[in-house]
Amino acid sequence: MSAVFEQIFQVGFLAAIIRIATPLAFATLGEMFSERAGVLNLGIEGIMLLCAMTGFTATSLSGSLWLGVLVAVLTGMLMGALHALFTVALGLSQHVCGIGVTLFSSGLAYFLYRLIFGQQSVPPSIKGFQTLPIPVLSDIPVLGPAVFNQFALVYMAIIAIPLAAFVLYRTPWGLSVRMVGENPRAADSAGVSVIATRFQAVILGGALMGLAGAFLSMAQFNAFTFGVVSGRGWVAIALVVFGRWDPWRSAGAALLFAFVDALQLRMQASGLGHIPYEAFLMLPFIFTIVAMAVMSRNAVAPSALLKPFRREER
Amino acid sequence: MSAPLIEMRGITKTFGALKANEAVDLSVAPGEILGLLGENGAGKTTLMNVLFGAYAPDAGEILIQGRPVRITSSADALAAGIGMVHQHFHLAPRLTVLENLLIGIPGKSGRIDRTGGLARLAEISSQHGLTLDPDLPVSALSVGEQQRLEIVKALFRGARLLILDEPTAVLAPSEVEGLFSALRSMAAQGLGIIFISHKLNEVRALTHRCTVLRHGRVAGRVDDPANTTSAAMAQLMCGHEIVPPARGPSVPGAGVLTLDGISTSRHSGTALRDVSLAVRAGEILGIAGVSGNGQRALAEVISGVRAPDAGRMTIAGQTVSRFSPREVQALGLGRIPEDRMTTGLVTNLPLADSMVLPRIGTSAFSARGLLKPDAIRAFAEEQIKAYDIRCPGPMTRAGALSGGNLQKALLARELAFDPKVLIVSQPTRGLDIGAARFIHEKFLDMRAKGCGIIVIGEDMEELLVLCDRIAVMYEGRIAGTLDSADATVARLGLLMTGAEGHG
Repeated sequence: MSAVFEQIFQVGFLAAIIRIATPLAFATLGEMFSERAGVLNLGIEGIMLLCAMTGFTATSLSGSLWLGVLVAVLTGMLMGALHALFTVALGLSQHVCGIGVTLFSSGLAYFLYRLIFGQQSVPPSIKGFQTLPIPVLSDIPVLGPAVFNQFALVYMAIIAIPLAAFVLYRTPWGLSVRMVGENPRAADSAGVSVIATRFQAVILGGALMGLAGAFLSMAQFNAFTFGVVSGRGWVAIALVVFGRWDPWRSAGAALLFAFVDALQLRMQASGLGHIPYEAFLMLPFIFTIVAMAVMSRNAVAPSALLKPFRREER
Repeated sequence: MSAPLIEMRGITKTFGALKANEAVDLSVAPGEILGLLGENGAGKTTLMNVLFGAYAPDAGEILIQGRPVRITSSADALAAGIGMVHQHFHLAPRLTVLENLLIGIPGKSGRIDRTGGLARLAEISSQHGLTLDPDLPVSALSVGEQQRLEIVKALFRGARLLILDEPTAVLAPSEVEGLFSALRSMAAQGLGIIFISHKLNEVRALTHRCTVLRHGRVAGRVDDPANTTSAAMAQLMCGHEIVPPARGPSVPGAGVLTLDGISTSRHSGTALRDVSLAVRAGEILGIAGVSGNGQRALAEVISGVRAPDAGRMTIAGQTVSRFSPREVQALGLGRIPEDRMTTGLVTNLPLADSMVLPRIGTSAFSARGLLKPDAIRAFAEEQIKAYDIRCPGPMTRAGALSGGNLQKALLARELAFDPKVLIVSQPTRGLDIGAARFIHEKFLDMRAKGCGIIVIGEDMEELLVLCDRIAVMYEGRIAGTLDSADATVARLGLLMTGAEGHG
């Protein structure tokens, strides 16, 4: 027992959890903003992939990491605007359009990547983000090196969580987002533009998905591969439900998933060699399904989720 | 009287060939409560939607304190000081009272201004006696409190003119008085109020002046509603005299439907607790009560949709054993459900199909597992003619019909099979005087033919006119039963709030 305990509370293990949780936290918060406004964004998987590609490419061509992050964020916002154009402005099916955005973004990412980099035997890589220890805080035993000796994007994710909660619950704009997701007609009759608010929320969501993509290709793997996202976008959609559309709970859900993911990585490495490694890979997803089934029973989605808003006209 | 707070001049609005409003003039002075009357389709809602910015008028102008304004959105209307309480509330149930008030209101240094909001709410509450708990989610409020919140919301935004679209339709009699005193208090402080209603007694009790619309035009104005008879106002609305149906003396026969000690579990809504009732042939029994006191469960048990946990029910002397809609129908029960659109008809199917749906398996409409389309069509055509259902034909999509015509179709569907007992919920909700009159006459015809009828309703006036006896439900029990000769709105109202105990 104590051996397992030691393993879990190793600094490296805690740091891994934080690292794995970071793109999930960005993606989950992004999806949450979109859904709180009443728009399911199934484009998330493809948007993350495209952003990972554009961010990586921008950095690779310019040498500037932050320019890459900016390009990834702008890409996410653009794809968010595209999804909002279909689902909010035109009122089309959110399911169909979301899948469409994912297929389109993925295809575009592959296509542009090949166009720019061609077919190479060794995939190009960049010098990605380096860990940035925070003075004093990183000297705290165990917690310090795990949490405060991380990439800059990790710190941004940690700040993003309370910030998202503040924006959603304490600002007039956040109230508008919640209102258009619950009863758009009420928001409309109070003089709030439902269309504009939904556009803004979906675009903000896209920006956060862009950060998630940027983290993957520019901090975690320092390269772009077609499997760089590998289902993290879909997981984020489940985590939003698991987190009951709340920033704190959603971030908590991301941490929990990251914990199980980090655990299975350790188990793969721990010499349980007679079990195929794919079995361990399944663990976080099995966990997600079970957690969803248990937790989302009394979770109530925003009332107007999936419902396009049109002013009543005869 | 002082200069008008708001004036609408020559408002015309057409939808295709339909003139919804034609050269309508209307004005409200500060401190005045204006009644806006008219049958369904007379153009009241269109006119108010023009005022609230939902529709742009084709012609005419709107003046606020003498200055012409253009209102093209609800935001414009709010800015111009116009607030509206819609029939279906515009509230987000999962957000709190305060959050629903603060929506669309700019914050203070980027944050929601909670303290400012609380102060303003307290001020409005104390001024007009409209108290609300700011931190309760709206879903925890009663319908009356939600309406109060809608009124407060309008005042919160600085409304000087308040439009209320049939506000009393959802209230119990005791709540209506509270609403009226709040409205009077607002008027006393110089606000203008437009009160839309069908209920002439309420209009007479509350308003200072009335504008009556008919077919989109102003049919007349009433300057002294308190001293004008309801009959005179009804005549303005309909264009002809309306005589209430005369209910002859009741000659009830044997019991056609009896409930004995029926109880249900709290499956959905309020459960029934030991309900015993009897309806005799040739009798109309009213079931009154504030909605949500077990009426739905009662209707479901009687229609065979839900089986009770305890108790016995008989139809025409036969005990109901299995409680299925088909069984009670075979025993002679006809049913007109509460919601025409969801449980009454299949709105996307042709009218003819909806009209035979409850009896689709009988030999009249199918044989050897196949439908008889000709028989179905012929039946529908016959009923359309007999009941004067206005529609292009039996193959029209049911959802395209107006409420009155749908109700006629539902009535035709049941009455064609001569039920021994008929149960109806809210038979004339949303119908205008003419259509309601037609429905009432049919009930009285059936009564004369010896049918027993149960009318579940919230409109006291209607029940008093129509029923021989009225039972009042309160929290799943029968709180008392009155002969309609002895019943008054006040006595029924007391029973409805549980005040008189179990009499």
